[in-house]
Amino acid sequence: MSERESMDFDVVVVGGGPSGLATAIRLRQLAEEQGRDISVCVLEKGASIGSHTLSGAVVEPRGLADLFPDWKERGAPLNTPVTKDVFYFMTRKRALRLMVPPALKNKGNHVASLGALCRWLGEQAEALGVDVFPGFAVTEALYDEHGAVRGVATGAMGVSRDGTRGPNFEPGVEINAKVVVLAEGCRGSLTRTLTERFDLRKDCGPGTYGIGIKEIWEIDPAKAHPGRVMHSIGWPLPRDVYGGSFLYHLQDNKVSIGLVIGLDYANPWLSPFNEFQQFKTHPAIRALLEGGRCVSYGARALVEGGLQALPRLTFPGGLIVGDSAGFMNVAKIKGSHTAIKSGVVAAEAIFTHLAEGRTGEVLGYPEALRKSWLWAELKAVRNIRPSFHFGFWTGLTLAGLESHVFHGRLPYTLKHSKGDNEKLVPAAKAKKIEYPAPDGRLTFDRLTQVYLSNTAHEEDQPCHLRLTDPSIPLSLNLATYAGPEARYCPAGVYEYVQDAGSDALRFQINAQNCVHCKTCDIKDPAQNIVWSPPQGGDGPNYVDM
Amino acid sequence: MKAMVAVKRVIDYNVKIRVRSDGSGVETAGVKMSMNPFDEIALEEAVRLKEAGTVSEVIAVSMGASACQETLRTALAVGADRAILVETDADLQPLAVSRMLSVLAKREEVSLLFLGKQAIDDDANQTGQMAAGFLGWPQGTFLSSLKVDGTHLVVEREVDGGLESLRLAIPAVLTADLRLNEPRYASLPNIMKAKKKPLETVTPADLGVDPAPRLKVLSLAEPPARAGGIRVPDVATLVAKLHSEAKVI
Ligand SMILES: Cc1cc2nc3c(=O)[nH]c(=O)nc-3n(C[C@H](O)[C@H](O)[C@H](O)COP(=O)(O)OP(=O)(O)OC[C@H]3O[C@@H](n4cnc5c(N)ncnc54)[C@H](O)[C@@H]3O)c2cc1C
Ligand code: SF4
Repeated sequence: MSERESMDFDVVVVGGGPSGLATAIRLRQLAEEQGRDISVCVLEKGASIGSHTLSGAVVEPRGLADLFPDWKERGAPLNTPVTKDVFYFMTRKRALRLMVPPALKNKGNHVASLGALCRWLGEQAEALGVDVFPGFAVTEALYDEHGAVRGVATGAMGVSRDGTRGPNFEPGVEINAKVVVLAEGCRGSLTRTLTERFDLRKDCGPGTYGIGIKEIWEIDPAKAHPGRVMHSIGWPLPRDVYGGSFLYHLQDNKVSIGLVIGLDYANPWLSPFNEFQQFKTHPAIRALLEGGRCVSYGARALVEGGLQALPRLTFPGGLIVGDSAGFMNVAKIKGSHTAIKSGVVAAEAIFTHLAEGRTGEVLGYPEALRKSWLWAELKAVRNIRPSFHFGFWTGLTLAGLESHVFHGRLPYTLKHSKGDNEKLVPAAKAKKIEYPAPDGRLTFDRLTQVYLSNTAHEEDQPCHLRLTDPSIPLSLNLATYAGPEARYCPAGVYEYVQDAGSDALRFQINAQNCVHCKTCDIKDPAQNIVWSPPQGGDGPNYVDM
Repeated sequence: MKAMVAVKRVIDYNVKIRVRSDGSGVETAGVKMSMNPFDEIALEEAVRLKEAGTVSEVIAVSMGASACQETLRTALAVGADRAILVETDADLQPLAVSRMLSVLAKREEVSLLFLGKQAIDDDANQTGQMAAGFLGWPQGTFLSSLKVDGTHLVVEREVDGGLESLRLAIPAVLTADLRLNEPRYASLPNIMKAKKKPLETVTPADLGVDPAPRLKVLSLAEPPARAGGIRVPDVATLVAKLHSEAKVI
């Protein structure tokens, strides 16, 4: 280990999404304002800032305004104000227009690319003196003699598949820091390790997640309405599945279209990818997309646990911001404004902590967060998502009451009972779902779409999807659940294949297709699949997703 | 002796190239840009010569918009000692680039001018050759190996059907092919150090070169979409289909 070089920073941020960049920016702003030097670096596993960012996105400028009150003048890429909100209940043939729920009213918000916004934030961060390092994945935490986190290490490059050193092997680097900020987004890998080590979920339960699958289409200019926002619930999702679609009109005749599905679904035959492909064949959607071309594809998990599923936010040596903690507002399907806000609040608390020479956990962070608008916002919607554990119609009614009548003032808080991985029922007890074959124009297969995510991994490296027990895919996943990973993985990474001359199926992992959505890490029934970062810079190369 | 390496900023090789829907060019907005992979190999070779003590200084050169600074910083992180950016918004073509490179090679009194064999965006495969012409130096192109032998270089070139060995007098122009070496990754500490290395900016006018394009692009189009494949039951059917449907045999 000693051959690794080490570097010292006051604060190291793991992850260059909105939350991590906001933390770094705010720290350097305070340092400049108060004439103190604080060294900050951001490590991002994507090859460039924004290349692993995937979002809707309708962005609420509130968070950004707390960071840069003059964001407009500075030229932040939020320049498509929402012009219209519509909300539909879909049946196979029809789209019934419903009243737009308060959470989905977007007056004052912008249709945007979160990837572009992150790129811009990255530039702002560098201009303020933050060292931004894209292309470096953090693979481990470093501990001091008391067991507190003293820094992180980046993964080595050029390691061969069998774990030996390749010709261009380059060891990882140890980064020592007074405070480590986890900003890995939904289901962070280092966050998972530290959550287990420090038992951060002791009081909050397992939480719940969703998977969002998204495409960008270039459509007929006559059909483009920049700023128009549509959400829908209903078809093609079965009643017992929580989820809905989004469709946002961007500039340049582009639309962002996607489907979000709660990962607490029970039927192992369900395929989120195919549900989304099917959704595009709805007459209302087909009419919009036909004649256009799909230019991008990607997927990413979302954290849907809300306030009641927040882990402990600090640990010895660091803290958690953004979706790694779980500040996404599920009712709004928005988490970028809260991600930024949590970064701002964390930075302010860290700054005071360091300026006053305090030791121990940065407890000022959760304290300040509870007094911020972020907390009030999440408190108001805390019961909406768990209402749906009671079924679709009850959920819709409860959610409607919560948002229209009670505004989160009810004295109870509904909990998420079990982890999403425990929700599947055996395949034999579930209704098998047959999906139509792709037509190659409106609907596609996984591999065609993965191609549009520009995903690439160095082939000669250890598999980054680790199985704690290699026998479980066949003995449990296939035997009981008919191999659900082959269906929930949006990139076709998992396959059960039959070799010529053999009757038995073999489990195969096509790791090079992985778009880093983290769904397998969440949904695998025995939590046997552990997503770990591949070589830095590998993964999707999303363009403005 | 000093070495100069030309590094071009191109669309990253992992990104699928897309022609803008109005046909006005290739989509670059928000697209990841990287150092041309063949230039990475050329740079690695120069840096290895420096590490071996054969070369005293490695100068990286890039030409184009100010964003090329990023590519130069990468070169500095990998081991170049200093960098020169020829900043221009002109649509640069191989002729102008090779002319400017030859001016810079003379100005900096380098003995070795390294380039990639071609850039993966326009695949022109001309710049090294034309620079050798302007300089009047011998050229070793498509290199798969290089050794310094006193005042000469012994190189192997990848040619159709095999390898060609040449002995060249120094100074010389060298272009790298895929097998010359396996480039290293830039380490974090070296990326930090690269931020402090010198980067000089000049303009084409400073070099006395008019960068105006001499070639005109008439149109741009994407290759036709691939039709879906089919699975055939056996070899006989495959042969039959290749013959009667694909008409290739
Ligand atoms: C389909 C979908 C639609 C959405 N729609 C909206 C919307 O319309 N409006 C809205 O406001 N929000 C929306 N969200 C939510 C929003 O995108 C997230 O809340 C937001 O991105 C969270 O920011 P973050 O910084 O916490 O995490 P992320 O944006 O996920 O960023 C985390 C970053 O950390 C990097 N990283 C992770 N692990 C490591 C590691 N070990 N080493 C180095 N780097 C690492 C990742 O590559 C990534 O770049 C949507 C999300 C999805 C999936
Ligand atoms: S392997 Fe896991 S993380 Fe990768 S794309 Fe598939 S489900 Fe997502």
